[in-house]
Amino acid sequence: TGAPLTDPVPPQVVPGADSSARQLCFAWGPAEVLVCETLFGRAGGCRSRGFSRSPCPSRFWREGGAGAAALALTGSFAGTEDGAPSSSRVFVVRRDQDIYIQALRKLFNESHGIFMGLQRSEEELAGKSRKAQLVQVSKNYRSVIRACMEDMHQAAVSTRDPALQGQYSTQVSILSAMELIWNLCEILFVEAATAGPLLLRLLDWVRLHVCDVDSMVREVLSSESPSKHELFWNVVDVFVLQGRMDEARHLLSKEASANPISMNMYKILDDLMKKMPVPSLSNTHTLTELELKWQHWHEECQRYLQDGTFASNPHMESICKILLGDEDAILEKKELMTTWYHFLVTRLLYSHPTVKPMELRFYAQSSMDLFLGRESSPEPLDMILMAAFEFEMHQVIKECSIVLSNWWFVAHLTDLLDHCKLLQSHNLYFGSNMREFLLLEYASGLFSHHSLWQLGVDYFDHCPEYGRVYLELHIERIPLSTEQKALKVLRICEQRQMHEQVRSICKIMAMKALRNNRLGSALSWSIRAKDAAFATLISDRFLKDYCERGCFSDLDLIDNLGPSMLLSDRLTFLGKYREFHRLYGEKRFLEAARLLLTLMTAHIAPCSFWMTLLTDALPLLEQKEVIFSAEQTYELMRCLEDLTAGNSDKQKIQDDDIETTKVEMLRLALARNLARVIVKEGTVEGS
Amino acid sequence: LPAAALQTPDIFATGSWDNEDNRISIWSAGDLGNAGLNGEYHGEPHLLCDIQHNGDVMDMQFLDQERIVVASSTGTVTIFRHHQNNQTLSANHRWEKAHYHVDQDTSCGGAACTGVVCNNPEIVTVGEDGRINLFRADQKDAVRTIDNADSSTLHAVTFLRTTEILTVNSIGQLKIWDLRQQRNEPSQIFSLAGDRVPLHCVDRHPNQQHIVATGGQDGMLSIWDIRQGTMPVSLLNAHEAEMWEVHFHPSDPDHLFTCSEDGSLWHWDTSTNVSEKPSFLHQGGRSTAYLSHSTINQSVVSAWLSNDPTKDRMEITNLIPNQTLSVNSLDVLGPCLVYGTDAEAIYVNRQLFA
Repeated sequence: TGAPLTDPVPPQVVPGADSSARQLCFAWGPAEVLVCETLFGRAGGCRSRGFSRSPCPSRFWREGGAGAAALALTGSFAGTEDGAPSSSRVFVVRRDQDIYIQALRKLFNESHGIFMGLQRSEEELAGKSRKAQLVQVSKNYRSVIRACMEDMHQAAVSTRDPALQGQYSTQVSILSAMELIWNLCEILFVEAATAGPLLLRLLDWVRLHVCDVDSMVREVLSSESPSKHELFWNVVDVFVLQGRMDEARHLLSKEASANPISMNMYKILDDLMKKMPVPSLSNTHTLTELELKWQHWHEECQRYLQDGTFASNPHMESICKILLGDEDAILEKKELMTTWYHFLVTRLLYSHPTVKPMELRFYAQSSMDLFLGRESSPEPLDMILMAAFEFEMHQVIKECSIVLSNWWFVAHLTDLLDHCKLLQSHNLYFGSNMREFLLLEYASGLFSHHSLWQLGVDYFDHCPEYGRVYLELHIERIPLSTEQKALKVLRICEQRQMHEQVRSICKIMAMKALRNNRLGSALSWSIRAKDAAFATLISDRFLKDYCERGCFSDLDLIDNLGPSMLLSDRLTFLGKYREFHRLYGEKRFLEAARLLLTLMTAHIAPCSFWMTLLTDALPLLEQKEVIFSAEQTYELMRCLEDLTAGNSDKQKIQDDDIETTKVEMLRLALARNLARVIVKEGTVEGS
Repeated sequence: LPAAALQTPDIFATGSWDNEDNRISIWSAGDLGNAGLNGEYHGEPHLLCDIQHNGDVMDMQFLDQERIVVASSTGTVTIFRHHQNNQTLSANHRWEKAHYHVDQDTSCGGAACTGVVCNNPEIVTVGEDGRINLFRADQKDAVRTIDNADSSTLHAVTFLRTTEILTVNSIGQLKIWDLRQQRNEPSQIFSLAGDRVPLHCVDRHPNQQHIVATGGQDGMLSIWDIRQGTMPVSLLNAHEAEMWEVHFHPSDPDHLFTCSEDGSLWHWDTSTNVSEKPSFLHQGGRSTAYLSHSTINQSVVSAWLSNDPTKDRMEITNLIPNQTLSVNSLDVLGPCLVYGTDAEAIYVNRQLFA
């Protein structure tokens, strides 16, 4: 199904499509695939690829990777051909199913804002402040994920429908995994923490994400006497394992005050824990200084363990062993750590506090092996984290694309990493680069959504190579339900000089208006699109209506055409012809007559309309005072003769009585007018 | 998400557009009593109730304290009642296909109703079909319908006086209709000269009823004096894209608010007396002819009509920096401003004049 970075995509089954009995065919669309059953049986022809049955591969994740297809709706039954016994079905398969989850809309909308901010923040800042800015962006993304997670959690708690509840909690676990991965990437790639601070960051990371034990901690702390609680030592261990020394010491002091006999022992342990040197963020100590101090402290711990100071208390002895970084002692607390990466960080804390980024991979691999043992194999999430520890950024993105059911994560993460200038070297064999590829996929998903398409536009804008082509293809497929929506789409196209699309949108709207008999609106739309042909068509409709009804509709529009009148000849004529009527109505006969004549002599009026124009001249000819001059009358006569001559050639037979009467009347009127005008002009000149 | 927002003192309503399942929602703006003077406010607006709505919500307005009139893209006009005691919404009355193309009875004939305005108990709606409907909240059928009132789409409507309404359309015209007259013609037509830029919104000055503001497709704010001339008194360059709504502040009309497709929301303030402010406005060229009339009596004439470039008194602030998606709707009352955007978020600003 065309996943971007890998060949062996786990095949997915389209529910309902029976590929064992029939061959399937498919056609790609911009956001979805059409799959249909053919009439061919399984045996003949070549096999259709892709949609064959296979066991579902994912366990931890929800069924369906981002590259994989998920059925969104089954189409209507197509008609059967040649009386075939069963009907074929057409399936519409959409790619990015998470887009349709209502609760994630907040994620999409909010992250859009962050994304846009990141694109705008280009490069002004250099060095440290740029890095701080990028880290802030990354944190913003994460806080949006967390906010969504909380919403989803609330929804899961408040709903009563168990199926829905299950859905929500799966979503919560996916979101939390996304946040976990993102956070690690932030530490390793975006911030690129160096030896020292690196460990502190990893500790924060573990504290934030290993929260299975939090409830236990809360229970113990809220009990009346924590030190009597059966889980007391577990909680102390949790604190020690996570490097939360102050909290551990606080708890221990309670136990100590309740247990005066072993006071000395507590004091020593407390002292050790207090003295433990930790890397500081402020870089006041150099690494070597720290290493020296740490070595010293380590030896002190070793001494106390060997001389049996804690021998009387197995709990405290094991804590001391942990402080010494004893792997077996730490592994004993497996239940409290729950994950191998917790084990990794604890191990680093107590045995290699100044671990360098590049050394991480060795510790990570061995920690995972030690922790998982032989009985369990790593899950997809483990593989992703491992890839991150190995600094295999592309591997991280690849695995995430396969395993996550949305493009949101990889698209935004890749974009961020690209802004950190970490992905330049990598080129795909197709498309432009990975960032653009993933953004295009994500934005295409947005466009297939009923309401989220507006977000997609901005993502396409930031894909330099193919963004525009994608946008052009997608924008044409937005259903234009109301004029307001059409205006919004139109604005998007106009801002990007997409003339072809502007024309097509206006045409669609004009056609719609025309079908609804809204000539005025239709004309407005075609004027906006500067679509001369369509304007002509509508003008003709106006003129036809006029011929039929004898009056104009939509005067407010036609009177206000202004310069747009020049868009098409027919429109010009319509405007001018209306102007003639207005002049006539205002009894400005001389101007009206002149305009009428120009309409014919300048060939603005279509020939089919000349008869109407000449008929309109009749009342002017019959006015009491003479309006047409001799010259004008001659021209009118010529027009009439041209018209009748042209007619007699073609449609002599069709000549009906009314037409001939009209022509006769006109001729009579013209002759009389000519007579009057000769007399008048003669007298004027004579006097 | 939200297409419209409006409010009574402590609650506001929103409607969504472009969803498969659109909704009308009532929100509590939070207890205003809690808003400290220091500008810190902690209460989030929270959802009180919502109800499904058929079609995009194109416009909405409160009829009274608990009834809301909603215009739908299906052409239907609905009155929803908000039951404050148990916080539920119900459809109170519905005029199916108040706006329609060609034939009211055919199945697909509905035309979007684009604007609604109420003056209890009267409700006026306009639509893409160029029709004006006058309803009364308690009557089943329309009191008055003007078919083909406009040849193009009517985008918005507002009351000028109790019997007169103002409409704006997609060919740059502002029309006054007198509902007392039986003639199906506007009593007056004003238009933007020449360029026919569609107008999307209209609002009337709350105290000086002859002053009207409109916003157009090019983001231009036009101020009209309907007592004189047929062209706007001034044209102010404002937004870069369609201006979707314009509102005078109801109790402090020196302030005006506009929002636009370009994702900005501007606060126009003429109350400041600081002159010689650097300004990024320019005066529409063709308006100068009318200025001579209005400048005769400076002290009485509103600041809105007297803003000539030499002593420009207007101060403009964009209330949303860095927003990229359209601000579709806004409403303002007292110190509160509510606006909804295409980023599917609603914002409430309670310290407008802080």
